[in-house]
Amino acid sequence: MTEPANSPAPPNGAIAAAVLSCSLGCFVLGVLAVAADGSKALAAALNFYKPSGPLSGVTTVAIILWLILWAALAARWRNQTVAFAKVSAFAFAFLTLSLLLTFPPIGDLFLSR
Amino acid sequence: MELTYRELVTALHGMLFGGFFLMALFGAIVLLLDAKRESPAPTPGWQSFYLLAMVTLGWAAVLSGAYIIYPWYRAVAPPGADLALFPKALLTAHSSTAGWHTIGMEWKEHVAWIAPMAATMVAFVLLKHRAAWNGHRQVRTTVLGFAAAAFLAAAIAGGWGAMINKKAPVQGGLTYQILGSAK
Repeated sequence: MTEPANSPAPPNGAIAAAVLSCSLGCFVLGVLAVAADGSKALAAALNFYKPSGPLSGVTTVAIILWLILWAALAARWRNQTVAFAKVSAFAFAFLTLSLLLTFPPIGDLFLSR
Repeated sequence: MELTYRELVTALHGMLFGGFFLMALFGAIVLLLDAKRESPAPTPGWQSFYLLAMVTLGWAAVLSGAYIIYPWYRAVAPPGADLALFPKALLTAHSSTAGWHTIGMEWKEHVAWIAPMAATMVAFVLLKHRAAWNGHRQVRTTVLGFAAAAFLAAAIAGGWGAMINKKAPVQGGLTYQILGSAK
């Protein structure tokens, strides 16, 4: 698509907030998955729904933090144009880490198993 | 020809919610690639419906998996129980099948959630900020990358789910007669 030459591009702050908060939420999910696997106390604390075990708490906490972050960043960056390249780089870094952390052999490396 | 209640719900989770979510994500990626050539315009009505359906399918897949099927899968088998009704216990009882749980299920149960989270973000951007999405090349590339990551996560989860259910099917509950048995 050709970028419009004369009309300024609309602000990208709301999109940056959505992208960054999503990646951070996914990263929290990955970190909590590994941490709950390595700590019985944390696993017990995250056992929100006993039949599903710690998975219920890991995902609930990650989703709640994602939505809070999204709301906070959206309020801060609304109607602003931010350095999207930086936001995108951070977002992809967190997203990649979250995908890696969910892979059990990589989680086990952090837990020295 | 019979189907148990748990087999039916597992099929809905994997084949209806998960399968259609995966197909919808692939369609969204095609949409994102194709939309680069469009002029800035509001999201067409059918695309709004499509994206909302995609997100709904994604959340239905992970929620039904985590809160309905996973409890059946991980239920603790009482001593002397038939392990065929306790898939996790069945898989971990033998070293040759334990990996299906320790790698497959443990990866699937977490990575799956990345897919609807990323898909929700992609749909939000396309539905609410189409003009900004059209106006910034970097934004388009990033959103496409997240859609691809969502597809990857959903494919990993779906692939492992299908294979694990072949090795140790979730079964039990009421039995439904689908068609008359062949004589």
